[in-house]
Amino acid sequence: MLSFIIKRIGLAAVITALAVTALFLIIHMIPGDPVSTMLGPRATPEMRTALEERMGLDRPLIVQIALFFGNMLRGDLGMDVFSNRPVTQIVLGQVPYTLGLILVSISWAAVLGVALGCYSAVNRNSLGDRLTGVLSVSVIAVPAFVVALYSLLVFAVKLQWFPAIGAGEAGNLGDQLHHLVLPSLAIGLSWVGYIARLVRASMLEVLGEGHIRTARAFGLPEGRVVFGYALRLAILPTVTVIGVGMGFLLSAAVFTEIVFSRPGLGKLVIDSITTRNYPVVMGSVLFSTLIFVVSTTLADIINAILDPRIRAGK
Amino acid sequence: MTDAGLQGPRSELGEILHHLVRDPLGLAGLIIVTVIVASAAFAPWIAPYDPIALNVPDRLQGPGGAHLLGTDQLGRDTFSRVIWGGRVALQVALPTIGGAIFFGLLLGMIAGYGPRWLDSLIVLLFDTVRSFPTVMFALAVVALVGPSLNTVIIVIMATSIPTYGRVVRTLTQSLREAEFISAERSLGASTARIMSVHILPNVLGPLVVLAAMDIPTVVGLEAGLSFLGMGVKPPTPSWGSLLNDGYNLIRNTPWLIVAGGMPLILTTIGFTFLGEALRDVVDPKLRGKGGK
Repeated sequence: MLSFIIKRIGLAAVITALAVTALFLIIHMIPGDPVSTMLGPRATPEMRTALEERMGLDRPLIVQIALFFGNMLRGDLGMDVFSNRPVTQIVLGQVPYTLGLILVSISWAAVLGVALGCYSAVNRNSLGDRLTGVLSVSVIAVPAFVVALYSLLVFAVKLQWFPAIGAGEAGNLGDQLHHLVLPSLAIGLSWVGYIARLVRASMLEVLGEGHIRTARAFGLPEGRVVFGYALRLAILPTVTVIGVGMGFLLSAAVFTEIVFSRPGLGKLVIDSITTRNYPVVMGSVLFSTLIFVVSTTLADIINAILDPRIRAGK
Repeated sequence: MTDAGLQGPRSELGEILHHLVRDPLGLAGLIIVTVIVASAAFAPWIAPYDPIALNVPDRLQGPGGAHLLGTDQLGRDTFSRVIWGGRVALQVALPTIGGAIFFGLLLGMIAGYGPRWLDSLIVLLFDTVRSFPTVMFALAVVALVGPSLNTVIIVIMATSIPTYGRVVRTLTQSLREAEFISAERSLGASTARIMSVHILPNVLGPLVVLAAMDIPTVVGLEAGLSFLGMGVKPPTPSWGSLLNDGYNLIRNTPWLIVAGGMPLILTTIGFTFLGEALRDVVDPKLRGKGGK
C-alpha cells in the first residue's frame, strides 16, 4: 500500500516537472514575448533590456529553466510588475476563494448525485429512474458559465433573491454562503447528472456481485446492503472522476468567478491579462496545474485505500 | 469485443441510422444536430439581416416585430447573429476535434502496438498534457499572442489529444491480442497493413462516439473564451460574444443572454443525445466513458 502511494506521488512529481518545463518552453516558442506583452507597444529598447535582465530572459534557455525550477522550489514565482509584491503571495491569496467555491460546488453535487444514483439503481426502470436519466443527460454538458449567466439573470437581477456580485463580507459566514449559492449551483449542476449516472451504473454492477447476494441471503436490511456494502465499491468511479474532473471544475470556476465578479484565480488571471501582468498570469496557471495534479493523485490514492483490488492489481 | 464492435462503422451506416431513429433520444439528438448544422451551413440564406450591420435607432429591442429575437446595443439583429454564431462554433469545433482525433489515433496506435518503452513515454506525455487545466492554459497562451480563434483551436486540440489517444491505445492493445490479428501476423502481414487495414477501422467507431460527445465541450469552450473576450474579435458574431454583450447589458435587456445561451444548451443536448444513442449502437461497452 505504502509503496503504491510513494510510486503514485513520484509519478505526480515527474508529471508536474514535465508540465512546468513544457509550459516554459511553449512560452518561449510561441510568437510574442512576455517583455513586449508587459511593456506594451511604446516600450523603448532600454526599458526592454532592463526588464529582460530583471526576468533573466537574456541568459541561455537551459539556465533559465534551471533558475526557474530553483526559484519555484523556493516558492519564488517572481514579482508582480505593478505592485512589486511576490507573485506567490498574490496567487496564494486567491487560491482559497477558488478552492472553496469548487469544494462547495462538488460537495452538494456529489451528495445529490449519489442519492439520485442509488435511488435509480434500486428502483431500476421506474418512472423516477427514467426521469433522472433524461434530466442527467440533458444537464451533463451544459457549460457552467451559461448556467451562471442564466441564474444571474433570473435569481439575482430579476428576482433579486441572491446577490449578483462578490464573495460576501469577510468574517460574515452567512453573507458568504449567500454569495456562494448561485456560483456553486452553476458549477455543480452538470455534476449532479454526471455523478448520478456513474453511481447508477456502478451500483447496478456491484448489486449483482456475490458478496451482496450473500449479505442479502443473511437477511440484512436492504438499506444496510446498499449504503453499508454496495456503495463503498460503487462510489469508486465517482472518486476517480472528481479527481480527474478537477480540470473541468477549475475551468468552470474561472468563468463563474468572472460572471459573479468573485475574487479567485479566474478573476486574477483575467485581470492580469488585461493589465499585461505576465508573471501573475504564469503564476496562476502554474498553481492551477499544481492543484489539478494533486487532485488526480489524491483521487488515485483514495481509490486504492477504498478498494483493495486496485492495490493488488498494480 | 463483440462482433458488432469489430465491423467498420461505414459498412453499417444504414443500420446505425435505423437504430438511431428508433431511439427517441437518438432521434431528438439527430434532429437538433441537423438543424444546428444546417442553419450554420446555410447562414447567409437563413439569417434575415447582415449580422454585423449597425442600425442604432433600432437598438435594444425585445423579440417580435421586425426582429425575431430583438436587437443588441448597436441595433444588430440578434437572430442573425445567433445563426452566424453557429458557423463560428462549428468552424472551431470541427478542426479542433478532427486534429485531436488524427493525433490521438497516431499516438494511441503507436503506444498500443509499439514497444513497451514507447508506450510508457507516450502515456507520460498524455498525462502531462492532461495536467493543464484547459481554460487556464488557453488563457496563458492568449495572454501572449492575443485573442484569436486559431489560438483557441490549437490549444483545445492539444489538450484534447490525450482523451482520444488513451481510448485508441486501450482498444489497440486489446485488438493486438485478438486471434484474427495473430492470424494476419503469422501469414506475414506487415505492421503497417495490420494497423491500417485491421486496427484503424475498429477503433474509428468508438472515436466517432467520443467525438460526438466532445463537440459540446469544445463549442462551450470557444463560447466561454469568446465570452471572456479571448476568442473571436468583434464584430464577428459568436454565441460567446453575444453572451458577453448580454452580460454587460443584463440590467437593460434579458434577451441577449437568453438568445446567446439557448443555442449552446441546444447544441449540448443535441450532441449528447446523439452521442449516447450512437454509443449504444456502436459499442455498448463504452457506457459511462463519455461526458466529462
